[in-house]
Amino acid sequence: MLKLDNINVYYGSIHALKGISIEVNQGEIVTLIGANGAGKTSILKSISGLIAPKSGEITFEGKTITGVPAQSIVKMGICHVPEGRRIFANMSVFENLELGAFLVNDKAVVKQRLEHVFQRFPRLAERKNQNAGTLSGGEQQMLAMGRALMGQPKILLLDEPSMGLAPILVQEIFEIIKEINEAGTTILVVEQNAHQALSIAQKAYVLETGKIVLSGTAEEVASSEDVKKAYLGG
Amino acid sequence: MEILIQQLINGIALGSIYALIALGYTMVYGIIQLINFAHGDIYMVGAFVAFFLISIFHLPFFAALIIAMLACSLLGVIIERVAYKPLRNQNRLTALITAIGVSFFLEYTMMYFVKPDPRAFPASFKLHNITIGNVVISSKDILILIISFTLMLILTYIVNRTKTGKSMRAVSFDKDAAQLMGIDVNKTISATFAIGSSLAAAAGVLVGMYYGQIDPLMGIMPGLKAFIAAVIGGIGIIPGAAFGGLILGVTEALVSGAGYSMLRDAVAFVVLILILIIKPTGILGKNIREKV
Repeated sequence: MLKLDNINVYYGSIHALKGISIEVNQGEIVTLIGANGAGKTSILKSISGLIAPKSGEITFEGKTITGVPAQSIVKMGICHVPEGRRIFANMSVFENLELGAFLVNDKAVVKQRLEHVFQRFPRLAERKNQNAGTLSGGEQQMLAMGRALMGQPKILLLDEPSMGLAPILVQEIFEIIKEINEAGTTILVVEQNAHQALSIAQKAYVLETGKIVLSGTAEEVASSEDVKKAYLGG
Repeated sequence: MEILIQQLINGIALGSIYALIALGYTMVYGIIQLINFAHGDIYMVGAFVAFFLISIFHLPFFAALIIAMLACSLLGVIIERVAYKPLRNQNRLTALITAIGVSFFLEYTMMYFVKPDPRAFPASFKLHNITIGNVVISSKDILILIISFTLMLILTYIVNRTKTGKSMRAVSFDKDAAQLMGIDVNKTISATFAIGSSLAAAAGVLVGMYYGQIDPLMGIMPGLKAFIAAVIGGIGIIPGAAFGGLILGVTEALVSGAGYSMLRDAVAFVVLILILIIKPTGILGKNIREKV
């Protein structure tokens, strides 16, 4: 479904991604794990068109999407929940969700999706008129995910959904990710919380300083000695 | 007492002109963090467009007003595309200097074509003065108030209720996140320039009608004042610009009314300095706390 082939990204003279190749198949949960600065976010940003790779090709459902502007990529069904949630804190929860369906002109469709999101995240329904900046961290993550679901993506890119959340909330968020996947959305999730990510994913890639050092099924990666030592605490 | 009320009315009329210009300043700042010093000159161009439409083509005032607004929104979009867009990812200072350059370009190109002498703006309708006691309200004052408040209401509607307005707010808050919603940032920035420039043009036409005189450098001082108004209200905040404009206009009118009209501009800047000392983000400015 989504394929990255030998992607290279530079920030000025810094070679941030060195020949990254990744494949995500329809219906899967795939996770990218790695430390800070390994290049996880850069991979997601290259997919969603926020940064342009210097070389390599990204294809989605057989079409090349490298160099396509971000807003057109959203239209194709790729929704990206960025790191740090990036909700519109100056707007209400409702307005944030509305913006998630920016490309949809049919009001009935927007309403239907809104109900769907409220069903999945009842807490957002309770706070729909509240300013999004006043939500707690967990609620903001839910809003960011809800906002992406408003675009009814074929594939959802999640950048560190557990960042800064209490353990109980992390659990809840990962449950929801699993549910979203079971409802038919393919998911590519970037995480530092390797343990959680590997527990829900089918496939995993381990990233170190811009290179993929290990890949395989989630079980294979979880049982690798190096990964255990580096990311799973023993 | 009558003098006070009289000056208040003058101040509100003047203030709503500042407010119209300040709105464009603040919207552009909000979306690309650029202080568009050419904004005052768009106001001047608007006045000249209406001047020619009325005096040569004998168009009625309102038709001239609307055409001037459309022409200037186009001018604003072109300026952004040609001068500012190529610099969008550069240092902000680069864009600021470019804005000053664009300002000079507009002023002196205009001077070349229309000559530097002031021109009399044609009076396109009859004046009626309403007298209540010793207070005289001219139909010009009323017209300025009606037009500027109508435009501000339309703007509020656009910003809060339409897709364009929502995308403007989203882009001004977070460009990357807005793109991830499928918003076209370039189009949104163009729309902002179009709307802001049309408001400046309206202000220019109203001032031409009010004072009856226009010249190619007429945009400099009101441009600066409107910039002050935007900063007083909290730059980047739309209601703040309207609010700041009114405060500034009323202050100036009161100072003039008290017989110190020579000190008017100085007082405007003193007000700015005081507000910046007390509340550096402007009256309606707020520090947004972000949770991570």
